[in-house]
Amino acid sequence: MTETTSSVAPPYPTAAEKLKFYGLWVGAAVVLLLLPKLFSSGGSLTTFSLIGISIIFSLSYNILLGQTGMLSFGHAVYYGLGGFLVIHAINIIGANKLPIPLPLVPLIGGLTGLLFAVLLGWVSTQRSGTAFAMISLGVAELVASSALILRTFFGGEAGISANRTKVFRLFDWSFGPQIQIYYLVAAWTLIAVIAMYALTRTPLGRMCNAVRDNPERVQFVGYDPHVVRYLAFCFSGFFAGIAGALAAINFEIANSAYLGAVQSGTVLFATYIGGVGFFIGPIVGAIFVTILSLGLSDLTQVWQLYFGLIFIAVVLFAPGGITGLLMMHRPLLKAGTFGRVLPSYLIAFVPTLAMLIGLILAAEIIVYYAVHSGDDTHIKAFGVPFDAANRYVWAMAAILLVGGYWVARKTWTFVGHAWDDATSVAREKGIAA
Amino acid sequence: MSTAIELRGVEKSFGITSVIRNVNLTVAQGERHALIGPNGAGKSTLFNLISGYMLPTTGSILLRDEVVSGLAPYQINRRGLSRSFQVTNVFANMSVWENLRCAVLWATGHRYAFWKNVDRLPEVRERTARILEDINLTARRDVPAGLLTYAEQRALEIGITIAGGADVILLDEPTAGMSHAETERAVALIRRLTEGRTLLIVEHDMSVVFGLADKISVLVYGQIIASGVPEEIRGNPKVKEAYLGEEAA
Repeated sequence: MTETTSSVAPPYPTAAEKLKFYGLWVGAAVVLLLLPKLFSSGGSLTTFSLIGISIIFSLSYNILLGQTGMLSFGHAVYYGLGGFLVIHAINIIGANKLPIPLPLVPLIGGLTGLLFAVLLGWVSTQRSGTAFAMISLGVAELVASSALILRTFFGGEAGISANRTKVFRLFDWSFGPQIQIYYLVAAWTLIAVIAMYALTRTPLGRMCNAVRDNPERVQFVGYDPHVVRYLAFCFSGFFAGIAGALAAINFEIANSAYLGAVQSGTVLFATYIGGVGFFIGPIVGAIFVTILSLGLSDLTQVWQLYFGLIFIAVVLFAPGGITGLLMMHRPLLKAGTFGRVLPSYLIAFVPTLAMLIGLILAAEIIVYYAVHSGDDTHIKAFGVPFDAANRYVWAMAAILLVGGYWVARKTWTFVGHAWDDATSVAREKGIAA
Repeated sequence: MSTAIELRGVEKSFGITSVIRNVNLTVAQGERHALIGPNGAGKSTLFNLISGYMLPTTGSILLRDEVVSGLAPYQINRRGLSRSFQVTNVFANMSVWENLRCAVLWATGHRYAFWKNVDRLPEVRERTARILEDINLTARRDVPAGLLTYAEQRALEIGITIAGGADVILLDEPTAGMSHAETERAVALIRRLTEGRTLLIVEHDMSVVFGLADKISVLVYGQIIASGVPEEIRGNPKVKEAYLGEEAA
């Protein structure tokens, strides 16, 4: 190593930085290990398992969207095919008493996802942008409809099921109880997250970012952007297959919903809400969306409506996602000027909340008259009972919505000013925003 | 002297509009060759043809006696030809360091590797560091390329172009939009970085052209009307009429 390099190149991480980096992964492993001790109910274990699966799936999606700049509307194809193959694999392993333990079965799903990505990806990754998005949509429709036509393999509308406990056992783990499934999912989540993070630090991973930023220029530094996109697509398919396999193991069933547009939409949704520009973005999004979809569906019938509204709000006001919003505050925290924006947040919170309550109330009343008109008018949303026919409730919804918006708009301007003030002070202190 | 680039009867038309008309051009190995001509003469189109960005309608283009017309830009790049762009064309969201490193990776043989840690490749670090120093952006190493000043972006553009170690370099108006002082610095940079390499440069600034070039070709309405050493071009009446005359007036 020459003198120039050591003085000009970014320094290698110090021992302290390395410790912090590896400590983070060890910490994550410990948290995963201890989580069932804190929340031991079957319901929370299932939730954690679903979150783990969603994390792998969302991160695999972000290899396309965030890392390589490809918007796919059909990522569930690789997830679903991985799931179906794994159900068949479990049945075959069980019937023939093959010496393959369940923890290795997700690999079958991964290889299935990889295989189909290898087969279907070459054509679709020729172009990025609209052409890629359209082809992904076409392929997704094709596969989803064949799932209903090819009944022997996909089992039609009922899908196909398997019994995971019939698989060859290692160390007497039956994988009947949810806790064992949780640990299986947790282990695979950790492995997949580490692998996908490592991928971003390789020459291929860096060139993915280059292709995302400027595919034209990539061609003039020796790379074929098509090959870069194709390889990214294959990796993405592999990890999506693992996620699908874990879902199939968790539910012991695979059906056409695995491959469908809703599944493809949900992963786009989770990834985008979490933030595509950051590695941890999809992880945050997966946790948020899984908890929200499980929680909201208990609280209101039209939870998908709220999902849609949240998505629109994120696209319009926070294109960096939740992670982007949080990361925006890092320079302020470093400069110690976060205290300047905090009061404005608290002030804005009250009218904004009032506006949202008004919006929810109005939405629920409209849903009542549009869908359940004629039923009992005493309805319940978010655990709060109210009378949908009561004119005072209507008036309250209108006042909260309009009045809340009117006041909130003024407080948002206030937040904007406080924000500008705090960031300019941070910038003066030499901390880049 | 052997030839680096040779164009044989190259034509390019878009529909019925012919942009490049029967161009024959030879650039010798190690030569600094300037391509001048009024706006719209087809200089950038010629660059696009040579670098593989566009296909010639007829004719052939040779890189070191090997036909390259019809190859993709990355294939031509791998054969040792690298170009810059008139409009800055960098990886805007990536840091200066990452921009240069991307331009080094293929040439150092790492290709599409997904099993190596990109931060731990000594020869990549070394080469990237050298280019970073060459283009004087050491202090801006970690800044996203999109946030650089215009002159810095132009320097990075040149850095990316030469980073892969190509020995035939095409620069498309590298000093466009620069102040006088910035231009002087850029010319010194180009002179230093293209030492021992072949350079084909499109430039409007005549002081740059006459100060840098060993040979000059004049492109007017898609045709080369003159080609020769600077003195010949200066004295050529056709050039004066078509190009320099206009400029002087």
